[in-house]
Amino acid sequence: MTKQKPGTIEVKSFGDHHVITQPNPLRKVLLRVPESDLDDPVGRAEKALAGLSGEFKNWMAIEADRLSAAHVVVLRNGFTTDNREELFRAAHDIKGDAATFGYPSAGAAAESLCRIIEHAPDLDKVPSELIAHHINAIQAIVRERTKLDTVSTASELSRQLRGVADEYLTYANRDRPEHLEAILAPSIAPGE
Amino acid sequence: MFRIDFNKLRFLVCDDNPHMRRILRTLLHSFGVREVYESEDGATALEMYSHYVPDIVITDWSMPIFDGLELAQMIRQPESKGNPYAPIIMLTGHSEKRRVTVARDAGVTEFLAKPISAKGLYQRILNVVANPRPFIKTKTYFGPDRRRNTNNAYIGPERRVGGEVEVMQQPSLLDKARSAV
Repeated sequence: MTKQKPGTIEVKSFGDHHVITQPNPLRKVLLRVPESDLDDPVGRAEKALAGLSGEFKNWMAIEADRLSAAHVVVLRNGFTTDNREELFRAAHDIKGDAATFGYPSAGAAAESLCRIIEHAPDLDKVPSELIAHHINAIQAIVRERTKLDTVSTASELSRQLRGVADEYLTYANRDRPEHLEAILAPSIAPGE
Repeated sequence: MFRIDFNKLRFLVCDDNPHMRRILRTLLHSFGVREVYESEDGATALEMYSHYVPDIVITDWSMPIFDGLELAQMIRQPESKGNPYAPIIMLTGHSEKRRVTVARDAGVTEFLAKPISAKGLYQRILNVVANPRPFIKTKTYFGPDRRRNTNNAYIGPERRVGGEVEVMQQPSLLDKARSAV
């Protein structure tokens, strides 16, 4: 083991790797404060996010319309690389944004659609109704949100779509174990 | 107790979705950050990274042409003139184990799955500020140490060799189980 550049960045060299340690450049922004400190940046940020919520309905409608537009292009021209990418990105954005915007069921339906696009062995062989039902469901969830009975309906709709999509993907990937593993694996990504 | 003096931090946010950029900007400003630079694609983000020298990068994964993964790989160039050590927080709708592993192997420091929350973002920022990990350089990897936990009871193949690490030869669990029969 050898040491180089003492003082600033310390490099410890091993047989096949180096371990590089530098003094924490962000240490200057860490402030020691008393336990009684009442500053609450998370609470402040949550309030600021709530202040944006008046925009969420409109943003969600824009995202849903982008997805529908991407679908129209696919219906017209088929699954080219660009068309597939745009449909996936539109669905993927909804998957990531919808819960923040207050539409968790739309996010769940979009996630199911993303799984179809990502794991179907041949998108041209996916029943067109399966994709259309996902997009129609997302539009319905977004447009009908104000009705009192739609929360449980939207949740059930997303659950049913995911069930049908998973059944299709499991069958379509029966000879592709690496995809089957990915389809059946639980999410492990840290969200909180 | 520690808290972060956010107004001394400079952020670069890269996301092709304008709504998500607005949300991120709102969260960061309400934490107290003054300097937030925004990009809607990886290529522009890389230019801004060199120009503004941000303390922390927050990037989406899926973007057209030049995605967040490629951005992380471009930043983590040990021989580059810029700073290859800046913390990178990947904020993405991808949440599968395989994706987390790929992001980690590209040199991403923290992974945060959407939907975003103020608490989740704050915790990732606090972690990169208060608990930076050493960097590891091998033939195929340059980035933060991918071993987050030091477990002295680890039994299994040792992927790093040489020096102090090489002496940690231990039988695999399978061999141990076989010898016990």
